[in-house]
Amino acid sequence: MKKSIVIAGIGGQGVITAANIVAKAALKDGYNVVMSELHGMAQRGGNVECTVRIGNVYSPIVANGTADAIISFEPLEALRNLPKVKKNGIVLTDINPIIPPLVSLGIGNYPKLEEIFDRIAKHCKLIKINADDLARKAGSILTKNVVMLGCLHALKILPIKEESYIKTIKETVPEKYVEMNIKAFNLGKEKI
Amino acid sequence: MELLGKGKKVLLGNEAIARGALEAGVDVVTTYPGTPSSEIADSISMVARYLKSTGKEVPFYFQYSTNEKVAIEFASASSYAGLRALTCMKHVGMNVASDAFMTYAYVGCNGGHVIVTADDPSCHSSQNEQDNRLYAKFASLPMLEPSNPQEAKDMTIKAFELSEELKLPVILRITTRVAHARGVVELKELNMNMKKKEGKFEKGGLAVTVPAIARKLHPILLEKIEKARKISNESELNFIEGNGEYGIITSGVSYNYVKEALDDLGIECKIFKIGMSYPLPDEKIADFLKKCKKVIVVEELEPFLEEGIKVIAKEKGIDVEIIGKGYGNLKRYYEYNPDIVYSTLAEFFGKEWKKENIEVNDIEVNVAPRPPILCPGCPHRATYYAVKQVAPKNTIYPTDIGCYTLGLLPPYETADFLLCMGSSIGTGCGFSYATKQKVISFIGDSTFYHAGLPALINAVHHNHNFVVVILDNYTTAMTGHQPHPGNEINGMGNEALPIDMEKLVKGMGVKHVEVIDPRNLNEAKEAIKRALEYDGLSVIISKAPCILLERKLKKERKLYQINQEKCKKCKICITKFACPAFYMDKNEVKINPALCTGCGVCPQVCPFDAIEVMK
Repeated sequence: MKKSIVIAGIGGQGVITAANIVAKAALKDGYNVVMSELHGMAQRGGNVECTVRIGNVYSPIVANGTADAIISFEPLEALRNLPKVKKNGIVLTDINPIIPPLVSLGIGNYPKLEEIFDRIAKHCKLIKINADDLARKAGSILTKNVVMLGCLHALKILPIKEESYIKTIKETVPEKYVEMNIKAFNLGKEKI
Repeated sequence: MELLGKGKKVLLGNEAIARGALEAGVDVVTTYPGTPSSEIADSISMVARYLKSTGKEVPFYFQYSTNEKVAIEFASASSYAGLRALTCMKHVGMNVASDAFMTYAYVGCNGGHVIVTADDPSCHSSQNEQDNRLYAKFASLPMLEPSNPQEAKDMTIKAFELSEELKLPVILRITTRVAHARGVVELKELNMNMKKKEGKFEKGGLAVTVPAIARKLHPILLEKIEKARKISNESELNFIEGNGEYGIITSGVSYNYVKEALDDLGIECKIFKIGMSYPLPDEKIADFLKKCKKVIVVEELEPFLEEGIKVIAKEKGIDVEIIGKGYGNLKRYYEYNPDIVYSTLAEFFGKEWKKENIEVNDIEVNVAPRPPILCPGCPHRATYYAVKQVAPKNTIYPTDIGCYTLGLLPPYETADFLLCMGSSIGTGCGFSYATKQKVISFIGDSTFYHAGLPALINAVHHNHNFVVVILDNYTTAMTGHQPHPGNEINGMGNEALPIDMEKLVKGMGVKHVEVIDPRNLNEAKEAIKRALEYDGLSVIISKAPCILLERKLKKERKLYQINQEKCKKCKICITKFACPAFYMDKNEVKINPALCTGCGVCPQVCPFDAIEVMK
């Protein structure tokens, strides 16, 4: 068994934390897991990509066209990572655009959302959710990453048990935010 | 604390190295932070502060040294006195340390000393992608190359043992995809209840490297490295797996790509995995070559293994085709990835990769870039804005290593030339001599202490005429807020004596020194004007804390908003000041309250007083 997902977003959105939760939950269920992340420059509002791979895997990054799914916290980042996903794979993305600062300065442009979604849907199974909305419902926009994990779980892309996710979330977030994050996970899960 | 736990854990490669050092009972850890190495020492720092918080004695000493050379010197002395030492740095840090390092190889060590070099193929966060395996050969020091976090931990422990056996420091060479990969690591029982060890300096050794002694030491070093070659031939870190007529020789992260490529392509062949890559296991390699019809070497960057292997084949008279750099997609630049290795091995084995095995989307996405930028509220933005308001258009801006290098991007464009740590001041001296243009050099506080001081003395002594702006944000921001000599608390969480930068600069003989808070734009502009007019060297210390640090400390913050009635849509706030908290909502300029830090600089930028405190 080999499963690979790419989690993408922007520095500060909790991408690396989300990927870590997936990896630790996978280990709880007894799977071998390999993950890659990029530090440093990515913290300053740049795009961030993490790969999580489970099963009989060695490489911390994926070959183009082989990831089972992309979980993107922002529509443009879903498109940026599209070459990584396999044909007819799943692309789960949040629908709230964050305009790159360079675009505000007139360098490059941000395509219309419909255009982004059309391009993705041509190759893959596209699932759109308003994770910002659900995160706010859970109690804080900062739970957006856990909302996305709830969706990921409900999509059954990875063979990780719900209780392993919940246990890992409890171990990862500060105690006073545990309840809020579990609510976020469930809201994400129920949305799918 | 997870790093002190036991059993199976998911660890970052860098955390695994820290854990390995702790399991090996390390006594001294020194570093200068640099991506992708920083988390090794940061983990050690966290363990020290955690143990302190539980009231336990910390059984090791740790320091963020002023630079990599000092870090190696400190650790070499500790190791000579019999303690186990770990020194970590990024690849270019080795260049700084190399003066000490090259001769340290002659002198050797007593307690095990592991020197970690974290290389950065593809320059993810570096100014070059030099292959530091060449340093092992250059200095004649043994080198280990792990492929994943588990090996990173195991080889760290092995490296301490090897170092003590050979009485030589051992290089542990990792790359970004090992340092920043996470994987399952098996942790053994860890004893953190030991007492701090005391070293002892034995006088009379061959340790004063005057020519007469250095001449004695070089052949001794070569004898040691011959012994290391025997160890390499017997080492289980160099192993062969699989069967078949063809052979692959590989090391480091490339091993992972090879393993998966063979699996996915359904190919059976022999793999020689090299874990100890200097000295190469010559006998074992010769044996392997003899048993193969054809061999391909898969390694990132320089043909380090390949050249070594070709020499071995020639010397032993083995007539086998050895393929490497230049074949398929194997290049000497950038990191490898599964695509490069899969396609090359498919070609090597005469297999179709793309069509038969994996469905690939050949999609060209051309998406607007999202490079890292200065954070909302970053004081560097205020400094750059002020400088651009008053400096002549053709001013040359030598820059340095840190967040402020991001001034390269529009609209600031306050970065024209960069070589390495500290180069802003040295090249500032040169540009001020070579041209009639104004020169303003930018350097961060940590970088200034690291490598700016000798260059500033040069500027003072030779009376060079330019401006140095020291961007003092009280921390080593880019690599994750490590403390530096200007701080009151060190990496162990203990009190430390902060260096007074203003006194230091004045003490070096700089006549024109001003300290400003860049968040007061008028004050900043006036000071920069005075500095530019001054005939001679001038230094401006632009002092304001990194906003990420300040946000952690301050609970309350004033937020700003646009008064739409006053806003004339001139968009100076977006096009000239370029704080990422500003955005256009249809035709209105707005401030994103989630991003605004309340730094208070933008109201000074707006010509129409349209930016107000949110009530």
